[in-house]
Amino acid sequence: MHNDNQPLIFELSTEGRIGYSLSELDVPAVDLGAILPSEFIRTEEAELPEVSELDIMRHYTALSRRNHGVDSGFYPLGSCTMKYNPKINEAIARFAGFANIHPLQDEATVQGALGLMYDLQEHLIEITGMDEVTLQPAAGAHGEWTALMMIRAFHEANGDFQRTKVLVPDSAHGTNPASATVAGFDTVTVKSDENGLVDLEDLRRLVGDDTAALMLTNPNTLGLFEEHILDIAAIVHEVGGKVYYDGANLNAVMSKARPGDMGFDCVHLNLHKTFTGPHGGGGPGSGPVGVKADLIPFLPKPVLVKTEEGYHFDYERPQSIGRVKPFYGNFGINVRAYAYIRSMGPDGLKTVTENAVINANYMMRRLEPYFDLPYNRHCKHEFVLSGSRQKKLGARTLDMAKRLLDFGYHPPTTYFPLNVEEGLMIEPTETESKETLDAFCDAMIQIAKEVEETPEVVQEAPHTTVIGRLDETRAARNPVLRYQKETVEV
Amino acid sequence: MKHRYLPMTEQDQKEMLNVIGVSTVDELFSDIPEKVRFKGNYNIKPAKSESALLKELAQLSKENANSDDYASFLGAGVYDHYKPVIVDHVISRSEFYTAYTPYQPEISQGELQAIFEFQTMIAELTGMDLANSSMYDGGTALAEAGMLAAAHTRRKKLLVSGAVHPISHDVVKTYAAGQSIEVVNVPLKDGVTDLAALQELIDADTAAVLVQYPNFYGQVENVQAIADVIHEAKGLCVVSSNPLALGILTPPGKMGADITVGDAQPFGIPESFGGPHCGYFAVTKKLMRKVPGRLIGETIDDEGRRGYVLTLQAREQHIRREKATSNICSNQALNALAAAVAMTALGKKGVQEMATQNILKTHYAKEAFEKAGFTVVFKGAHFNEIVVKCNTSVSTINKGLFEKGIIGGFDLGKVDAALENHALIAVTEQRTKEEIDALVQEMGALHA
Repeated sequence: MHNDNQPLIFELSTEGRIGYSLSELDVPAVDLGAILPSEFIRTEEAELPEVSELDIMRHYTALSRRNHGVDSGFYPLGSCTMKYNPKINEAIARFAGFANIHPLQDEATVQGALGLMYDLQEHLIEITGMDEVTLQPAAGAHGEWTALMMIRAFHEANGDFQRTKVLVPDSAHGTNPASATVAGFDTVTVKSDENGLVDLEDLRRLVGDDTAALMLTNPNTLGLFEEHILDIAAIVHEVGGKVYYDGANLNAVMSKARPGDMGFDCVHLNLHKTFTGPHGGGGPGSGPVGVKADLIPFLPKPVLVKTEEGYHFDYERPQSIGRVKPFYGNFGINVRAYAYIRSMGPDGLKTVTENAVINANYMMRRLEPYFDLPYNRHCKHEFVLSGSRQKKLGARTLDMAKRLLDFGYHPPTTYFPLNVEEGLMIEPTETESKETLDAFCDAMIQIAKEVEETPEVVQEAPHTTVIGRLDETRAARNPVLRYQKETVEV
Repeated sequence: MKHRYLPMTEQDQKEMLNVIGVSTVDELFSDIPEKVRFKGNYNIKPAKSESALLKELAQLSKENANSDDYASFLGAGVYDHYKPVIVDHVISRSEFYTAYTPYQPEISQGELQAIFEFQTMIAELTGMDLANSSMYDGGTALAEAGMLAAAHTRRKKLLVSGAVHPISHDVVKTYAAGQSIEVVNVPLKDGVTDLAALQELIDADTAAVLVQYPNFYGQVENVQAIADVIHEAKGLCVVSSNPLALGILTPPGKMGADITVGDAQPFGIPESFGGPHCGYFAVTKKLMRKVPGRLIGETIDDEGRRGYVLTLQAREQHIRREKATSNICSNQALNALAAAVAMTALGKKGVQEMATQNILKTHYAKEAFEKAGFTVVFKGAHFNEIVVKCNTSVSTINKGLFEKGIIGGFDLGKVDAALENHALIAVTEQRTKEEIDALVQEMGALHA
């Protein structure tokens, strides 16, 4: 990593420099004052930088060198599926016929785009075992909320207005309860049993005629398959609730089990996880939602349909929950996911899951002697270690995560799920080689030894990054959220 | 099977299964109950090689008419603008695009600093105290602003100007339904929000008024007057704004806006059939701790060096869970980076010059239409869109234009029956005088 401090772009600004190239104005240069009333014309310039094109490239190149991506090195961040982002996807998404088309063009002029979307929907229907898919949600959390709004509309259409509760396991992603709240539901937490799975007794106790839905990730956030999934679905269905599948962990079960066959009524997928949409430093994502037949009338508008004349958007959906996003979803990400699925084919997707699961189990067994493993059974695509043994020796999971930075790795997800003390959640994905996994395990084992022998090396990590541990308390207590030119006293 | 994305060899697999202590891969899936186990392969298209897939999808992409090949006058929230070539070079640095959310600041300083700069640029353009690191798009950002206003004021009604983009208006309604918030439409007068009607509609339960600046019809709203009215009733003024227009227009922050949102698509982001674009969310200091999504803040490390971190995370879903007021997690980080690069390239002068060109070219088009006998309805100040009344249906006209290599304006009859045969024409800096002249001439020919 690059070691020099990089100034802010504003600090590199020099009055009079430019970094743009606009064509000369070819219409009469009327005075703006003749078009706009003076109160609408800004009097203070926005303080944007003034830099040349090379200044800009050097600045962002320097910044990129202070950043770690999957292409920089191993990134075993649990629950995030940091697999390789294929370059062919990037090339295809940039074709002018995909990148430079307007969402409000006449449908006859964008049949290629609509055809791609429709075929992607068909592929996702087969992969999830659902009856219909919408590509509209922009990300996973947006998909969760969209599906919950549909569930709410479904119950209300049945006159079931008392269904105000959404059940969420204690190991769930934070977005689950937040999405439930935003969709107007109260969240009820379901306990996990001693095996890390949904506690069936607790679930039976909690369901009732006020249950709108249960949200479930399978395999769960511990990387464990919910073996009693059919019982779980039956318990919820018996009281009239719906069962929702959080597809964040789909990479674990492709071609092995489909949400639609497990009793789920709806599902969201994270195309930016399983289907290689790049994470982009936090987005954009894409979170399509699949549903069973009885939820189809409630899908967000518009719904893409295929007719003899071609593809078109259907807006006549009287029971629809309405629009959840302008236009038709994050099309550019959907193009990438489509390119990926078409690159893999059915055999490829099956191998993806098998190799992801082998990689996770292999690492789990290699690391098991050195760390606590609270749930000791075959995992799926990820597993969760506990750092409690090391904590007793004075090094916390946070410290070990920081120490991993010195070895050139992005650390695993830490302190999640919440039901594991000092959790370290590791997801290798299928695109990593055995050599990479071995090198990472060796580093983890070395760190475990350091905790025993030289704990200060771990406690004071990282030692080799461009910057040390940052004072987060200071950032929150006295927030500085933007650059401001220092005012010069005259 | 062998695949370029899958490095595991047969020998690797044998060794790994041995360490795991199983003899077959299937054993690792034995916890999936027999009844739900999927047998065989997905019934999907077989895999294609790299070249074959490139060829097939290149062919498919050519079935779409794109704005490189056609002169596009279609706007309505998504625009064909100048995209500095360097934007794509920067966002193609895979240290940026293959990274996750910057949860490990020591190895994410590049992303964190770039987005801190984005926050600064949005705050500068909008005249607001601060901005977050991005939202999905302008429409959902507006909806989230409405939800924030309702939660902040503990009131249950949102007044939405009839000149807010109808699609965004619909998104607000969907979000509001989830929170049992009432959405009331504010009528228009001469293409802008009717102040008298607004005053009538405001009551003690009004959380906010939501307006668009410049509005859906291209008209520049008097935000100050609207803010004054809603502030008197202790509600919030929420403004949805095209950030490019703010290169010239008085920023909402200087006109009483409490929340300014919008979409940064005009800054270096392709139309991409409507997404991904880049929502932004800017507020006054008073609302800082209520902002949805991620915020990047400046701090120092253990040796006093300046650095950046995700901050004020107590607001967010992964900490607050069911007490969170927004569920946003993934945002549009890479597009925020693209917008930051474009704003940097344009810089202080370029953003003004580009905004000015939009106004002047639209003004030229307006005069040309009027000279050709068209009525340009709505007489107020405009940014880069005007409403042109035609004698015949806009879809018929647009079909004719398309044959001449022009993508025509948006058919307003689709969203408002009273505006049947009216086209919303967008003229960006990309359109040449010749193209504008051709548009007016062809529309005149089709119109007659």
